[in-house]
Amino acid sequence: MSTLEVSPAEPLSGQTTHPVVNDFSIQVATVNGSGSQTANSVLMRAIFQMGIPVSGKNMFPSNIAGLPTWFTIRASKHGYIGRRKEIDFLVAMNPETAREDVVKLDSGAAVVYDEPLKLNQLRSDLHFYPVPFDKLVGPVCPDAKLRKLVRNMIYDGVVAQLLSIDMAEVRQALVKQFGKKKAKAADLNWGAAQAGFDFAARTFTKSDPYRLERMNETAGKIIIDGNSACALGAMFAGVTVVTWYPITPSSSLVESLIGYMKRFRMDPETGQATFAIVQAEDELASIGMALGAGWAGARSMTATAGPGISLMSEFVGLGYYAEIPAIIYNVERVGPSTGLPTRTQQGDLLTTAILSHGDTKHPMFFPCSPEECFSMSIEAFNFAEQFQTPMFVMTDLDLGMNNWMADPFPYPTEPIRRGKVLTAEDLDKLGGFARYQDLDGDGVGYRTLPGTRHDKGSYFTRGSGHNEKAQYTEREDDYIDNMDRLAHKFEAMRQRVPEPVVHIAPHAKIGFVALGTSDYAVRESCDQLKNEYDIEASYLRLKAYPFTQHLIDFIRRHDRVYVVDQNRDAQLLGLMRLEFDADLLAKLRSVRYYGGLPLDARTVTDEIIKQEGK
Amino acid sequence: MSTTVTPPPKKVNRLGLEVLNYKGGKTTLCAGCGHNSISERIIECFYELGVEPHTVAKFSGIGCSSKSPAYFLGLSHGFNGVHGRMPAIATGAMLANRTLMGLGVTGDGDTASIGLGQFMHLVRRNMPMIYVIENNGVYGLTKGQFSATADLGSKLKTGVANDLPPFDCCALALQWGATFVARSFSGDKKQLQAILKTAIAHNGLSIIDVISPCVTFNDHAGSTKSYGYMKEHEAVLHELDFVPFFEDISVEIPEGQAMDVQMHDGSHLRIRKLDRDYNPTDKFGALQALEQAETKGEVLTGVLFINTQKPTFTELLNLADQPLATLPESKTRPTAAVLDEVMEELR
Repeated sequence: MSTLEVSPAEPLSGQTTHPVVNDFSIQVATVNGSGSQTANSVLMRAIFQMGIPVSGKNMFPSNIAGLPTWFTIRASKHGYIGRRKEIDFLVAMNPETAREDVVKLDSGAAVVYDEPLKLNQLRSDLHFYPVPFDKLVGPVCPDAKLRKLVRNMIYDGVVAQLLSIDMAEVRQALVKQFGKKKAKAADLNWGAAQAGFDFAARTFTKSDPYRLERMNETAGKIIIDGNSACALGAMFAGVTVVTWYPITPSSSLVESLIGYMKRFRMDPETGQATFAIVQAEDELASIGMALGAGWAGARSMTATAGPGISLMSEFVGLGYYAEIPAIIYNVERVGPSTGLPTRTQQGDLLTTAILSHGDTKHPMFFPCSPEECFSMSIEAFNFAEQFQTPMFVMTDLDLGMNNWMADPFPYPTEPIRRGKVLTAEDLDKLGGFARYQDLDGDGVGYRTLPGTRHDKGSYFTRGSGHNEKAQYTEREDDYIDNMDRLAHKFEAMRQRVPEPVVHIAPHAKIGFVALGTSDYAVRESCDQLKNEYDIEASYLRLKAYPFTQHLIDFIRRHDRVYVVDQNRDAQLLGLMRLEFDADLLAKLRSVRYYGGLPLDARTVTDEIIKQEGK
Repeated sequence: MSTTVTPPPKKVNRLGLEVLNYKGGKTTLCAGCGHNSISERIIECFYELGVEPHTVAKFSGIGCSSKSPAYFLGLSHGFNGVHGRMPAIATGAMLANRTLMGLGVTGDGDTASIGLGQFMHLVRRNMPMIYVIENNGVYGLTKGQFSATADLGSKLKTGVANDLPPFDCCALALQWGATFVARSFSGDKKQLQAILKTAIAHNGLSIIDVISPCVTFNDHAGSTKSYGYMKEHEAVLHELDFVPFFEDISVEIPEGQAMDVQMHDGSHLRIRKLDRDYNPTDKFGALQALEQAETKGEVLTGVLFINTQKPTFTELLNLADQPLATLPESKTRPTAAVLDEVMEELR
């Protein structure tokens, strides 16, 4: 039993005067495996359908059933969809965590709770709404076995009534959630939601200030998780060989891809698959297969997370040295070791950038939204083949597994580019080729694919020392020439990676550098700094590694630049240390968060104020 | 006096290619190494069967054996990967281009230790390719440590005896569901040729464990993988004749004396009985024979098992006939209408 101190606080004095409309967060605390995901998704979608910018963050355990899970929905008329630290409206369904959840709330928050938990005895400065869930579920769900799953839908109705969510939107969200095939389940859940709504309407007098009102900010938008967006990107990039090993939080990327490929990539004329997807025996095999496929000319990919990245290390070095294209999605989670498998972090930046022994460095793309998961996946496949190298698309659990509001994805305009591949006809004209010869000055040689019908077409690929003709060598000059060419190739990539997104505030002395999902917190923090402290801050969001001149210019332009890291050791700053001069480094400061939850703006703002000495 | 010298006509195979077209670079392995004999057999078999060199992809891991693909089939692409993980590279490549003929060459360190897991899963998938284990019981490239196929009690040059029992790669492959399992000896030219040719014709994974003595580190008295030991302990199961699909199969063989296995490509493997009854389509019989041979200290060689019916991995995946690697954009990028459909579902 936890022995939490109950903090004394001022009791609520009558009705709150100022309503809070479309600018608060709702947290639902449940037990995992209880069907709460459906109830939470429906709630989020109903708010989305009311035209209100909304985000949902699932904080779930590495477990199948019985452990605490929290789902936070943020509605923001300002369009802030990063995590908000403060909880304004709590739905407490989990007896295990209810006391702690309630004690942590700020004064004035509202609590919907399961009546037997008697949470109203804990504090007198909150708005309490007790709901007898067990009593309500019986009449709407005759089948006792299903009650556990349907019970949670009751709180959707209660919350809808208390927050003025249109029940027609709840109904529509339910239909969307269950699809046409599961109409019965949708009806059952609809009954439960209505029971909750009716109970709240006849029982409660609303005393909290939180309310939702229709807006028109979500028209035309979609809701999708980053993993599905990456999967769609890979499919439209023309991926042909996908090899993987299940690991949280990347599994749903490939599972989503399997679903889409089976629907849209079977050849209509022959009924055959225009792709191969293989669940490998481990990550050593999945990266090995991806490289074998890339070598033989497929567009290949694998998806993994930290532990898988560690296992892939040796093969990635081979891919770098033998120059084989492949895409590796790294959906980052909390390390080291097994770490917190279901929590988010950007903790693999350093490892991934220089993965494997010897001198290696790899390009990384950093999408920050579902739109970029889609578009940058397509870009990445072209990039990997253009530069004949394994490369990483870095996302994290927050982006990958949470549902996000997004604009519909535009159809790709760039054609699929396969890079420098010589055909038999090319070889006829050229009379031969040397695999690792830099003819174009970009460090990238020409390759042939196995199966090329030409006597001059073959070459021998190896991870051991090789010369321009791919022949075995241990010569000092051959080795140095080859390594220098690889370094030169990396410089050529620097000119071709996606450019950062730069926002210069006119009089700013300070700037932010961040990437990926840190974007939401940093943009909101810029507003907080301006509105609350009158501090202007510029912002550069990186979309790729290697870094480009834009970053150097940005640092030069400002007195102090705060590098935001979702890891303990300031890894993004560390990557800059590897290549920047002392005068640039002297300007860099670090803002770090590594607790495993999506980064929130307040954490960033507080840290800036602390370091700025305000 | 004048004489006209007519050069003798060049010997060519059914494709008009000379044996020279099947050779590779000069070997850097030790003189007398069993692996060199295996390379020669590979050259002969691919030449004699008229396999187009550019349709072959060679794969290997790390070790002396894995160097050898540089010494044969120079007109074929080759990939010398990382230690023990050749199966993954080969699997990916063969999925990318199902029209390739995969030829993997590996050693006992590669297969039975660091790569045991990948070997196992390659067998489980019945990936259609040839997998040759050049088995000498030692790590040659690191100067003679025992491998996991070294027999119990066999001795290193230093006199140190092996105190762990060996893995029998053939028995393991049989248990995991392999569709073609054979054991041979690098010194048995005729048998190894017949086995390699059958493997080329087999539609499925062919596991060939070849005892291939290491003349530098494991060819002494006390070794059970030496030329001398094999001369005394090899127990040949049967006599093998391979008749390719493009040759006439006319010779009748007496009832009960031989078995005829028709291969996927129309070739035939003729198995003539020697001094024992052995049925290579009986998996349990094969396992039993291997167990009995081990007890007797014999090394059983020949085709241990063959099953021509099991579907291959590429068949199970229902892969397009054309190589995935070179499918045009029209086949690999769905239309804008598809994207619209998906976006509509997500609204």
